[in-house]
Amino acid sequence: MGGGIGSAAFCLMRRGILLAPLWAWLLLLVAAPVLILVVMAFATPADGVPPFTLGLRFAAFAMLVEDFYYAEALLAALRLAVTTAGVCLLIAYPIALGMAGVQPRWRLPLLALLMLPFWTGFLLRLGAWIGLLRDEGLINHLLRSLGITDAPLPLLYTEGAMLAGMVHAYLPFAVLPIFTALIRLDPALLEAAADLGARPARVFFSVTLPLTLPAAAAGFLLVFIPAAGEFVIPELLGPPEAQVIGRVLWQEFFQNRDWPLAAALALALLALLILPIRWFQRLGAGA
Amino acid sequence: MLIATALEKRFGAVRALAGLDLTINAGEFFALLGGSGSGKSTLLRVLAGFEAPDAGALTLDGQDLLPVPPWARPINMMFQSYALFPHMNVAENIAYGLKRAGVAGEERRSRIGAVLDLVGLQGLEARKPQQLSGGQKQRVALARSLVMRPRWLLLDEPMAALDAGLRERTGLELRALQRKTGAAFIMVTHDQQEALALADRIAVLEAGRVAQIGPPQEVYARPATRFVARFLGAANVLEGRMQDDAFESAEAGGVIASGLPTDTIAIALRAEQIRLTGADEAPCITGILEDAAFRGDDWLLIIRLQGGASLRVVHNAPPPAPGSIVGVAWGAASVVPLFA
Repeated sequence: MGGGIGSAAFCLMRRGILLAPLWAWLLLLVAAPVLILVVMAFATPADGVPPFTLGLRFAAFAMLVEDFYYAEALLAALRLAVTTAGVCLLIAYPIALGMAGVQPRWRLPLLALLMLPFWTGFLLRLGAWIGLLRDEGLINHLLRSLGITDAPLPLLYTEGAMLAGMVHAYLPFAVLPIFTALIRLDPALLEAAADLGARPARVFFSVTLPLTLPAAAAGFLLVFIPAAGEFVIPELLGPPEAQVIGRVLWQEFFQNRDWPLAAALALALLALLILPIRWFQRLGAGA
Repeated sequence: MLIATALEKRFGAVRALAGLDLTINAGEFFALLGGSGSGKSTLLRVLAGFEAPDAGALTLDGQDLLPVPPWARPINMMFQSYALFPHMNVAENIAYGLKRAGVAGEERRSRIGAVLDLVGLQGLEARKPQQLSGGQKQRVALARSLVMRPRWLLLDEPMAALDAGLRERTGLELRALQRKTGAAFIMVTHDQQEALALADRIAVLEAGRVAQIGPPQEVYARPATRFVARFLGAANVLEGRMQDDAFESAEAGGVIASGLPTDTIAIALRAEQIRLTGADEAPCITGILEDAAFRGDDWLLIIRLQGGASLRVVHNAPPPAPGSIVGVAWGAASVVPLFA
């Protein structure tokens, strides 16, 4: 048969065609922006459009190291992202267990309910939180009319309000991978554990949890990564001192118009996020 | 004694258990034999506590078992899929139940060692389930149950996932283990050979009920119903009715037995108890030899009777040519009257 080389070439071509969109996406939306950021970070700020002149200047990076303001912003962002992802996981497991425990025909409606908040605008949802939490808001109004408090409780512009908004926004990303892992879990394993004397809580911690840990890690990352760069929720719900990296980035870009510094900051955040991704890859390979 | 009384279980429109009554004795090897949908697996899951029956009672040595959750029942189960924990190695899998029972330290180690010896798995303690062959997985599953020293062990199709070559030997080992431990083994199977070969008693299940229960030889030789006779394989079932003292079968084409109870509606005849008649002997009935298959020790003959029914006959000598007219005969003692 003379088709060996031809079919190999065909296979290669087909693989190329299949992978082309992926490569285009990676080049256009990942590699190119990072490259632009790198070029920008070494540029010199200037008045004009664009607000920098090209060059090889390390001042932006030096600034990140010298001024603790930026390191603190990075740390604050990481703290918020870790807390958000952790709280999301704690809430996501019971939700996912509940969704996986019902009859299969109820799963899709429950999934739709979980995604329901996404059908309203992001800012609209934050507006709803503001409406609930502000001094004349629903909760304070209710507390006062029930006579529980006589002055409004400071709810809005607090760490708690910010965390509530973050968890509300990102919770589905934690639920979905855990839910998927739970419905794939062989029910015979849970029955075998019960048969060997394990009560339901023990079954969960000795069988269900270890076998869904990679999914939990995926859920953690899916929340952690966008949460680390989040700037709208801290801005609208958080206290003024919650200067997370996203907010600082926004200020450097649009208020101070120091694009090189902002670009250096964005690169630092990116570098920091690569670490947990590597950790997750190892966990995935181990499972 | 494990006693099930009038167990009922419905799944939607399907009645998996339909008023099932059953008594299983301590220390016996008991087989639940039935086709798919006979309710045998549902019964096993009710015994283990994974399904609650809709109605009926279940007692163990006089104690009501139904309110007892699976983790507190003194009954262990070996799963058809083995259900080994993939994130634990062999030793950890076997230790799982001991840890729950609070067996620790030296005793735990020695019991795990002993059960590994028992099933012949020494040296594989550190392997993960994914690194084991099918037969090894089956032994780990067995060891994980046996290490609990259960008085009652449920086995769900324990050999269904094994190669045919491994099945016979494993079956005999299973029975030896049952004798050695003295536990009652309750085995679900759809394989009548397996049930006949291993069990002390067999219950044949049909549509959520026990069709017949008894020792293998008795169930095999004296099937109670047409279903049992057909399910156990080798028996021919010929339908008919008693006319005075004679059993007349239209599908056989005449009178084929006599002196049976008046409510007999069919007879069972084992293939190996039917013989071809020689020239000097009057046949019970005649037919055309349709087919003959050599099976090594003997031939299996298919004979089309005058009334249209076909008869399976085991024959020990070279048979006549297909198409010949042959006579068949059997002793009166080999006729099993069936009433349902």
